Amino acid sequence: MTEQNILAFLPVLPSGELVGSAAELLGAAALIGTPVGVLVTAPGKAQRAAESAGHYGATAVFVVEDDTVSSTLTAPAADALVTAGRAVGAEAVLIPDDVDGRDIAARLSVRTQSAIATDVVGVHRDDEGVVAHHSVYGSMFTTESAPTHGSLIITLREGSVENRAPGVDPKIRRLDLGELPSQSAAIIEFSPSAEASTRPDLRGADTVVAGGRGLGSVEGFALAEELADALGAGLGASRAAVDAGYAPNSLQVGQTGVTVSPELYIALGISGAVQHQAGMQTAKTVIAINKDPEAPIFDIADLGIVGDVFEVVPQLIETLKAKSS
Amino acid sequence: MKIAVLVKEVPDSYGERRLSLTTGLADRSASDPVLDEITSRAVEAAVSYAESSEDVEVALVTMGPESAEAMLRKTLAMGADSAHHVIDPELAGSDMTLSAEVLAAVLQRIECDLIIAGDVSSDGSGGVIPTMIAERMGIAHATSLDTLEITESTVTGQRATYGGTVTVQAQLPAVVSLTERHPGPRFPGFKGIMAAKKKPLETYALADLGIDPAADVPRSIMLAVSESPPRSAGEKIVDEGDAGTKLADYLIEKKLV
Repeated sequence: MTEQNILAFLPVLPSGELVGSAAELLGAAALIGTPVGVLVTAPGKAQRAAESAGHYGATAVFVVEDDTVSSTLTAPAADALVTAGRAVGAEAVLIPDDVDGRDIAARLSVRTQSAIATDVVGVHRDDEGVVAHHSVYGSMFTTESAPTHGSLIITLREGSVENRAPGVDPKIRRLDLGELPSQSAAIIEFSPSAEASTRPDLRGADTVVAGGRGLGSVEGFALAEELADALGAGLGASRAAVDAGYAPNSLQVGQTGVTVSPELYIALGISGAVQHQAGMQTAKTVIAINKDPEAPIFDIADLGIVGDVFEVVPQLIETLKAKSS
Repeated sequence: MKIAVLVKEVPDSYGERRLSLTTGLADRSASDPVLDEITSRAVEAAVSYAESSEDVEVALVTMGPESAEAMLRKTLAMGADSAHHVIDPELAGSDMTLSAEVLAAVLQRIECDLIIAGDVSSDGSGGVIPTMIAERMGIAHATSLDTLEITESTVTGQRATYGGTVTVQAQLPAVVSLTERHPGPRFPGFKGIMAAKKKPLETYALADLGIDPAADVPRSIMLAVSESPPRSAGEKIVDEGDAGTKLADYLIEKKLV
């Protein structure tokens, strides 16, 4: 059997570090073939990221270092993937399902005339090639898709594939960009996020604590933060809490927002409308604390507590502290 | 300036949504079709720009079954000027490659300067159609924008990226898509509803657009569909002053902390 090369597009931060999803993308690639990384950075920023890619299982890494990476939207990454894909005869290309990744996948799919599978939560190989798994309508249905022929462009939902590939010493191959299409949007300004949070990222966290409208205020929402930190958990919020301004948009869990499947999900003051459930109902264990005994979140909670979050949660934190010391 | 807005009819995500377990397609009888909320924000952005500027025309574009016509009439009442509806039985279950081809073809005909879409639909959650259209039309994309500024020759906006936020700018013609950060739609007034009945609504079949859905190009096909077992309720307790302690014990016993 010939070697099945699977490309993984690995985003790099302006600092030169690989973005956290790299291990998962390469782990997913290893499930269906030989992982080959592709990364594009500003000049002089690729070396460390390429070595880390090897650590996460990339047997080879295609590297583009070019000024246009920080000034031109999507085009450098799409061009690098077209070239790398041709060089190794890629059978599939894995790209993160996020704002930048979706654009890259879209351009690549049309340009190379390849089928595309989006928001993919798993991959496997059957007799005929690569199969993508999807979780549809807020995880109510599971489907599988495959290309009729040709390679498959995949955007992978972060936090959905557990497999990790063993580290290797990668072959690093430098690529030059071709001429980029002139009709590309320009990046005219970059502002880095405020200081990075020490909390685990919501999408990949084993435990998620999420706060809702029942927390009542920005000050009240701090209770969710406190519990998240006590448990080493990621922090999430319901749409109602985001709309009310208690939490930033990036924390929104639900139909519109992030979909999570942690081991443990603790919902504080969240009523649990169907749109919220769509983003969290594949959590292994769900705990809900809410004053309203009729809240729909209780219909899917393994343990539901009808009570005041401002009494139950501090007692929980105290008890856990006491038991761990 | 002519702005086209991509609108989509979807199963209401506030109700029960189902896939048919025999065909893998959306079961349209399971829930009421509604205008996807994110695309209503795109319409609002176009209409409010048209109100604040001279000579701006707003055209709605959709691909969907017959029921989408009612959605288009309702959406025209928000203040758009015309609607374009691609309707063809061959489009049932179309993959994103075909959907992008169809939408790009109808947009080419309309000859617009700016195309506005929602960032990710609530049913397919693909989020790639706007940029696939841009690639097909050979124009720029600026998607998932949290802010949008339109001038006669450019669009500018902010969007999330790795490690921060970028401001991006594209020369027109271009495709943009908007996030939930944009304002929701206005309620159409009586005047708008009456006016919408007379606005032009054009329909197209695949043959009109010169598209062959059976063309031998790579397609994505569905191999299997299954329904996830529903989640059931577990234990529910009422706090009697010790629920925090009980919860701590539960988490420790289940080795979740």
